[in-house]
Formats: sequence, C-alpha cells, structure tokens
Amino acid sequence: MPYDYKPFAYTSPPGLTGAEPRHKVAIVGAGPIGLAMAIELANHGVSAVVLDDNNVVSVGSRAICWSKRSLEILDRLGVGERSVTKGVTWKVGRTFHRETEVFNFDLLPEDGHKMPAFVNLQQYYVEEYLVERAQEVGTDLRWKNKVVAVDRHARHAVLTVQTPDGDYQLEADWVIACDGARSPIRAMLGLEFEGELFEERFLIADIRMQADFPSERLFWFEPSFHAGQSALLHKQPDAIYRIDLQLGWDSDPEQERLPERIIPRIQKVVGHGDFTLDWTSIYTFQCRRLRSFVHGPVLFAGDSAHVVSPFGARGGNGGLGDVDALGWRLAAVVKGERPASVLAGYDRERVFGTDENLLNSSRSTRFMSPGDGVERLFRDAVLHLASRADFARPMVNSGRLSKPCVYPLSAPDVAALPAGSRPGAVAPDAPLGQGWLTEALGRDFCLLVLGQEAPAGTGLRVLSPDVTDPLRQRYLGQAAAAAYLIRPDQVVAARWVNPDAAGIRAAVEAAWEGL
Amino acid sequence: MALMTTPNISDADGFYAALLAAHKGLSEAESHAMNARLVLVLANHIGDAAVLQQALALAREGA
Repeated sequence: MPYDYKPFAYTSPPGLTGAEPRHKVAIVGAGPIGLAMAIELANHGVSAVVLDDNNVVSVGSRAICWSKRSLEILDRLGVGERSVTKGVTWKVGRTFHRETEVFNFDLLPEDGHKMPAFVNLQQYYVEEYLVERAQEVGTDLRWKNKVVAVDRHARHAVLTVQTPDGDYQLEADWVIACDGARSPIRAMLGLEFEGELFEERFLIADIRMQADFPSERLFWFEPSFHAGQSALLHKQPDAIYRIDLQLGWDSDPEQERLPERIIPRIQKVVGHGDFTLDWTSIYTFQCRRLRSFVHGPVLFAGDSAHVVSPFGARGGNGGLGDVDALGWRLAAVVKGERPASVLAGYDRERVFGTDENLLNSSRSTRFMSPGDGVERLFRDAVLHLASRADFARPMVNSGRLSKPCVYPLSAPDVAALPAGSRPGAVAPDAPLGQGWLTEALGRDFCLLVLGQEAPAGTGLRVLSPDVTDPLRQRYLGQAAAAAYLIRPDQVVAARWVNPDAAGIRAAVEAAWEGL
Repeated sequence: MALMTTPNISDADGFYAALLAAHKGLSEAESHAMNARLVLVLANHIGDAAVLQQALALAREGA
C-alpha cells in the first residue's frame, strides 16, 4: 500500500481576531526537527507553537537512516519503539568495487543496547509519529501558517504569518528556525551558508518491489549495471527500496527526472522491470553551514543551520543532535532558571558537531566524486588495491555513518575509566533491571554512581544500580567504583573515582556552558 | 621481512585527506612529479630491499 498522505486540519489561528499573548517559543517548520524540538521542550515543561506552511508530512521518503543515537532521542520523545517496530533494522554495510566486496562494517558489534545501530524508516512515518506525539503533549500545531517576515528585537521577535484566512502577527521570546535547507527564515535574516558545493548529481529513486535483498547497506563503485559511477541500495519498510545513482555533473537534471529515463536505469540495477516508482528526486551535494546558529532571539536547528551530502546519514541525525543540545538549555532560559548566555553553549557544541559531520561528508563526497587529475588517480588506486591488500580497504570511503560526536569538554575526568564514556560522549546504554539505562537517566541532571555511595548534598537525582557486566565494561573498566554526572541530553558531563559534593556542584554549573 | 599489507594508519580518512591536500593547486604534471618524489622519500624510509621488492610487485599487479 502506498503511504496515505492525510492532510492535517487547518484551524483559524486566534491571532487573526485579536492579539495573542506573547509566546515563549515559536518553532518554524513541522519537519522532524521542528516537531522533535516541540516535544523535547514540552518534556521540559515549555510549550511551543509550531508554524508550518504546509499541511502534510514530507512527500517522499527523504531522510530514511536513523542512527542509534537518534533512536534514543526519539525514544525519549516517545516515538522510538514505534519507529524501530515499523522500520528496517540494520547494522552491516557492504561496499563493492565492480563485483568484488572490498570493505564492510558492523556498526554495533556488541549487545546490551536498547536501540539498534540503524533503522531505515521513511521520513513521513517519523513525522506522522511525531505529530501524534506532539498533539498528545499539547503542542499548538498550526498548519498552513506560513511565516513571511521576521522582526528581531532585543528580547523577542515578531513573526508575520500568512494563513488561508489572512495575515496575523505573532510575538515570541524565542524563534527556532527548523524550516529546512532552503530556510526562508535564514533568507529573511540575510544570513548565508559557508562551505563547499560539489559538482555532482545523484538520482534518488524509491521503488516498490518484492525482493529479498538483505537488511544491509549496499554500495557499489563502478558496478557493471551503472558503468563508471556509484550506486547505493537501502531497504525500507512497505517493500520499498531506496536506490541512489550517481549521474555526474554533465547530466541534464530535467531529462534525468523523466520516468522513461529512470525506469531503464533501475531495471539494470535490479535485473527486471517488476517494480513501480514511488518517489524520485535529483540532488546535488553541499557541505555548508551558518557561521553561528544563534542570532539574537532567532535560533537555527537542523538543515536550516547546516546541510551535508547524504551518504553518512548526517542530515536528519545531525538535526536531532541539535534538538538534543538545545532543548534543556532553552527550557531553562525560558523558565528563568538560567541566563540566555547558556545558549552560547548550544552554538559552540553544535558548530563542533556540525563540523565533524561536514568533514566526514566532504571526504566521502570527494572519494565518491573525485575531481579530475590527482583526486581521481588516488581514488582509483585505492579501489585497485582494495581487492589485493587489506590496508587499502579502510580507505575506501562510501560514507562514514553518523555517530554522535564527543564534545571536547574540559571537565573532571579519570583517564583510567573507559574511553567510550568520557566527558563529552553520550552515556552508553546498558541493560538495567527490566529496562535500559537510557530510559532511567531521565530529563534532568543525574548522578550515576557505581560501586560506592553517592556523596550527600549534591541535590541531584542519584541512580545507583547493581554493577552488571555491561555497566562494568562501559563505565568502570578496571576501576572498582566511579560516579558519572550526566546532562539532561544524556551526555557525560564529568566523572570521578572519588567524587565530592562540591566538585559535582561545580561540574553542574560548568555543564550549562558546555563546550 | 614481509611487506605489511594490513591496515597500519590509525586515521585512514585523515591521511587520505592530507594526501589530497598536499596536492592542492598542482597541475597534473606537477602532481605526478610530487608522487614520484613521495615514492622515493617513503622508499628510503623503508630501506629494506626485500620489502621494497614486494611493494613494487603489489603496486604493479593488475596494471
């Protein structure tokens, strides 16, 4: 069954008939990032109004690969289990040069995590689940509300909003632009992206077919079915397969868009014509970002702030990383618990995370789409050697899949404890009783104490589970005891072998500043 | 001594990017010349004649 795009109901907003009280937070864009942002804020006790110029979920699968970290975030928002149940779980990627497998990776070699390495799920399902959840938590979702102007003031912004019934003005202390790669808000503020554009074009085709491809990511350099170019295949739910085909810069995007051009190309990939086209698109590559994500009362998150080439699943997942770093900080500012200056921590951390995504994406793009001359020479040399010598295999770059970055925090640390849970890293999940550590961490700062008593007087919620093997392996290593301060976004803020309350309180203060 | 063919560079992507960056701005002929110099520099670092022979043979395979 093709996806049923049900329109969401537009209702005439109150601002059309009289001035609305100033909102705390207005989110522009009801894509996955805007919706996740609204739910995250609601979880922290802040209600937001969400404005979207459309009234349906994303048309076409668009973002399909949701990383383990994103699934953990979605789980915290209340749609993680649903996404995993519906989606196609995978963790192995295989890369071929012509017909030979030259490289493979396993993204989650160990057990004992609630969420799998990756789930493929069409963006429209994720949006559908998030809309339902946002409604459950009481979010004011306004469809067919198009922001056409933004006036920035020192402590608030005024949005001019166009609706089918006319225009109105909406005031908000904070505006979060989650309005996508072509962000109108970014343009209204006169802000421009900085970074690289690549001269390359890819065709994306979602096809519906009955087939038994494994639940793995398959990538080919120079396959016989698409000579001289690259190809990628991903399995999605509902018997839909995503096929990406490199077209080259000299291809004509208008011609390549035509089904009579696309269908023969896909026939060569799958070896038959027994499929239907579900959605197609042509895209070019960019690896660019805004210099800063905070512009007075206007904050940027997701594709409005940064765009990457798609082969590392770093777009949607990077955007959820923004939600993770912004939600708890902004909520505290709105509630008057923290000064607005803590938002600079959001900016620093997500610029850092974005740069890591941009670096990985641009390296993959350069390998996949080498320039003439020496780039092509080395790319071909690596592929040539990869089937003959093991050392060349890790150099084959068909995309480095999204992982949460480790913020380089200067925070109390003990070098002897496991590297995977060092300050700045997301706290690794582990089984905990009948559930999971990620579920038990909660929405505020918390102290995870293992093998010792928690110091009194920190004012923090304490989690002190029995030390199981996975907890020992991920949090203690050779140490007998340790205490971890974990932020509301589940990032490790600091850790000690001999904790004291004063040190912990100081670390909480520092954590608000972050990087 | 045997030629090492297992991965020995901890950050392969970083090295690959540095290699391309080192060529930035060079013409194709200049890049070839730089590659030749690079081979000679690395060969001298290896030194061992048996290893160099194996490296030459591996690089020549399938040419």
